[in-house]
Amino acid sequence: MTESTYRIQGATGEWEVVIGLEVHAQITSNAKLFSGASTRFGAEPNANVSLVDAAMPGMLPVPNRECIRQAVRTGMAIDAQINKWSRFDRKNYFYADLPQGYQISQLYHPLVGEGTISIEPEEGQAKTIGIERIHVEQDAGKLMHDQHPTRSYIDLNRSGVALMEIVSRPDMRSPAEAGAYLRKLRAILRYVGSCDGNMEEGSMRADVNVSVRKPGDPFGTRTETKNVNSVRFVMAAIEHEANRQVDLIESGGTVVRETRLFDPDKGVTRSMRSKEDAHDYRYFPDPDLLPLELDDAFLAECRASLPELPDAKRARYEGPLGLTPYAAGVLTADVETARWFEALLAETARVQGKPEADVAKAASNWLISDLFGALNRLGKDITDSPVSPAQGGQLLGLVADGTLSGSLAKQVFEIMLETGDDPAKIVEERGLKQTTDTGAIDAVIADVLAANADKVAEYRGGKDKLFGFFVGQTMKAMAGKGNPGVVNERLKAALDN
Amino acid sequence: MSNLTDLTVAGIRDGFRKGDFSAREVAEAFNAAVAAGKPLNAFLVETPEHALAAADEADRGRASAEFRPLSGVPLGIKDLFCTAGYQTTAASHILEGFVPTYESTITAKLFGAGAGMLGKLNLDQFAMGSSNETSYYGNVISPWRRKDGGNAALAPGGSSGGSSAAVAARMAPGATGTDTGGSIRQPAAFTGISGIKPTYGRCSRWGVVAFASSLDQAGPMARDVRDCAILLEAMSGFDPKDSTSLDLPVPQWEAGLSADLRGKKVGIPKEYRVEGMPPEIEALWQQGIAWARDAGAEIVEVSLPHTRYALPTYYIIAPAEASSNLARYDGVRYGERELPDHANLQEMYAATRAAGFGPEVKRRILIGTYVLSAGFYDAYYTKAQKVRALIARDFEQAFQQCDVLLTPTAPSAAFALGEKSADPLAMYLNDVFTVPASLAGLPAMSVPAGLDAQGLPLGLQIIGKPLDEQGVLNAGLAIEQRAGFNARAEKWW
Repeated sequence: MTESTYRIQGATGEWEVVIGLEVHAQITSNAKLFSGASTRFGAEPNANVSLVDAAMPGMLPVPNRECIRQAVRTGMAIDAQINKWSRFDRKNYFYADLPQGYQISQLYHPLVGEGTISIEPEEGQAKTIGIERIHVEQDAGKLMHDQHPTRSYIDLNRSGVALMEIVSRPDMRSPAEAGAYLRKLRAILRYVGSCDGNMEEGSMRADVNVSVRKPGDPFGTRTETKNVNSVRFVMAAIEHEANRQVDLIESGGTVVRETRLFDPDKGVTRSMRSKEDAHDYRYFPDPDLLPLELDDAFLAECRASLPELPDAKRARYEGPLGLTPYAAGVLTADVETARWFEALLAETARVQGKPEADVAKAASNWLISDLFGALNRLGKDITDSPVSPAQGGQLLGLVADGTLSGSLAKQVFEIMLETGDDPAKIVEERGLKQTTDTGAIDAVIADVLAANADKVAEYRGGKDKLFGFFVGQTMKAMAGKGNPGVVNERLKAALDN
Repeated sequence: MSNLTDLTVAGIRDGFRKGDFSAREVAEAFNAAVAAGKPLNAFLVETPEHALAAADEADRGRASAEFRPLSGVPLGIKDLFCTAGYQTTAASHILEGFVPTYESTITAKLFGAGAGMLGKLNLDQFAMGSSNETSYYGNVISPWRRKDGGNAALAPGGSSGGSSAAVAARMAPGATGTDTGGSIRQPAAFTGISGIKPTYGRCSRWGVVAFASSLDQAGPMARDVRDCAILLEAMSGFDPKDSTSLDLPVPQWEAGLSADLRGKKVGIPKEYRVEGMPPEIEALWQQGIAWARDAGAEIVEVSLPHTRYALPTYYIIAPAEASSNLARYDGVRYGERELPDHANLQEMYAATRAAGFGPEVKRRILIGTYVLSAGFYDAYYTKAQKVRALIARDFEQAFQQCDVLLTPTAPSAAFALGEKSADPLAMYLNDVFTVPASLAGLPAMSVPAGLDAQGLPLGLQIIGKPLDEQGVLNAGLAIEQRAGFNARAEKWW
């Protein structure tokens, strides 16, 4: 493992930051972990609540196979050990958002064991982060304190929704590494389709464990900052918490093991509860549920249904497709971008009748500069691009077969963005087709040369630089539609005569 | 016509089919018996209209010769089963006034089979107790009385004491019970009726208020073995809503009944001969052994060496599960809520649960919380699970030598109300013979076998191999036929 050089400069010297993340990722499924209630986001409060979720007397949990499947697939995607025998435990505590009085989770025998995730932080070097475990558990409901002056309301829509808790080893050493880890984890979850990774809607939240030490020393005492809900906030929380710990130690204090909260408005963490008043959760195996036993056929189906994952895809883009490491990184960072690129590539290759490797570079360049530029300008995501991958492929085909010049292609693309029309239709209707008709080009050249007889004389007298002037004049006279190659060739012939 | 309330489930079913009487006549007779039985306090809620509606439907069906397995049979339902539209309290204050919108799988199956409901039966609060004295709504009084003329009110057993009393007093031909550590078998023995707890997983727990999930099993209580077979057939079956439900077909137990035990081996576990057991119990056991031999069985002595750890193991596991299962009764969503002035959430919880739970329930929640707490978990819960596995292994090994086990059901006949309620340990000892089979998840039943010197019923227990309810029922039938138990409580209410 390459060590990070990120350090906090304290009064007593340099401090190293040690970071571990526990990420709660909502499993993508139609129904909850142990009930048939819907998981749809944004429903009216308490619209998605079954008798089980409300913990009515005599109600029993039944595991949702799809949730287990998604967690297993996620484990496989990080090369983790899949435990064919796992078990659900009850974590007991009283709170109004927890109807059963316990959360069904997995403490003793998690579904997924050790795995790894490789990261490439923006600052610092590539490294591998260890994953300790992934277990499956229920989410709690939500208290609403702003609905009534003296009462709190409870929304149980989230109660019982399936979460994966993905626990990393304390392998990160800088906010940048933590940020890269979260982004990579989110990318993997989206590729696998096991979580939408939507941090704004709470589909992904992180508990951030931070400690500091002098380089080479044993681990310091860590604090846990709960429920941080964006990559930026996680990085900010680490930065603040690490500096707070350094200041505290250097001023003679001791870091206490405690739970903290991050205040995104102020950018600070503050104490929520210390270990002394920590709950005794009285974990024990849930007697309503049998141990979870997975058979080989189930595991084989999970593995077979895994898509190509970011690291493999990136290697393929750099290798067989011959893209630059930068382009491969950009195109694989997000599953939607990769999906779009691959559709574009397939169409581009099909239109031109060439192998994908031969057109990959052009497709990649166009997507990264032209399409991303346009989407950025329009404030749109690639998923709601006004231009489809097929249309992009057609456009690149028109460039490749000489119908459009580079500048004409840009004009056509702008019109595509506005109208959503196919490029061929735009070319046809607006007459934007590039001309390679030598007769027509020769006629225009003759006019240009006649109108600029003085410059022709200068050129022929040795002022070679004027060639560009004649090209410009010719293209202007042809409204940009002259094929630049043919124009060049015919001009040269006319002038050198 | 003879008294309809004297008929068994099979008698009602068959007589109704033959046209000897209408289902409505049966329902009316039992409704009247229930109304007249108030001094026993067996019913928490009476539902004569439910019984009549089911009866009328059965009568309409008979007109077109459509019969369901329980057409015309009214039943009592232990108030641990959630019944849609009818208050379900588990005999607790905390669920007072709670009316489920849903029907438990068991009651849905029984009603689907044509049965009607006479009412909701009293029980020990959350099924925790062996005498029915922990009910918030007052204890059930056994229809039986000692011959000493003292008229002491006796315990009907527990926790299914409303069920046992109702069947014994002819207020219902059959009733549902639930058994966590003996709550079907012990009350059956105390009141001179039969009751079977099937293999864990035979009967769905969905919609049954949970006490200890890994032990709770529903089962029927009725006047004889045949009725138990009929009712158990209607109650059993796979339920996808209960993860611990067994996905197996339901055998035709009634059709398979046979009192011929030739070729069968009946095991007598020597560890069940406990110190201080009344001679009458020992004598009854010996009588049972003689009856089994008479029915053709070979008698073998077997050993269940971990028996003496069963009760302590049970009183760790059951309260541990209960402490968690009962956490949902918190005053937030349904049932009782105590909200003292200016109380915050924690104070509301404390006030609600302090007022809503009775002393025995609190005792078990505290025990359970203690044995699961950090630092004690391994010493208690983990150790108890290991012992539980050893107890199950004892049975496995014993069943390599025999087909069923024969033991007394309880170490004494019914005791007087109040006699043991001050001493929880003495009360817990009542379950000494029934708890081991519960820990091992085995089918077990109690059949009435005789009377003690005071004229009170005594029961014998038959424990079977997993899924061998048939073997249990058949051995029960062999005992029943030879015991010829026909004593009944003299009506004083």
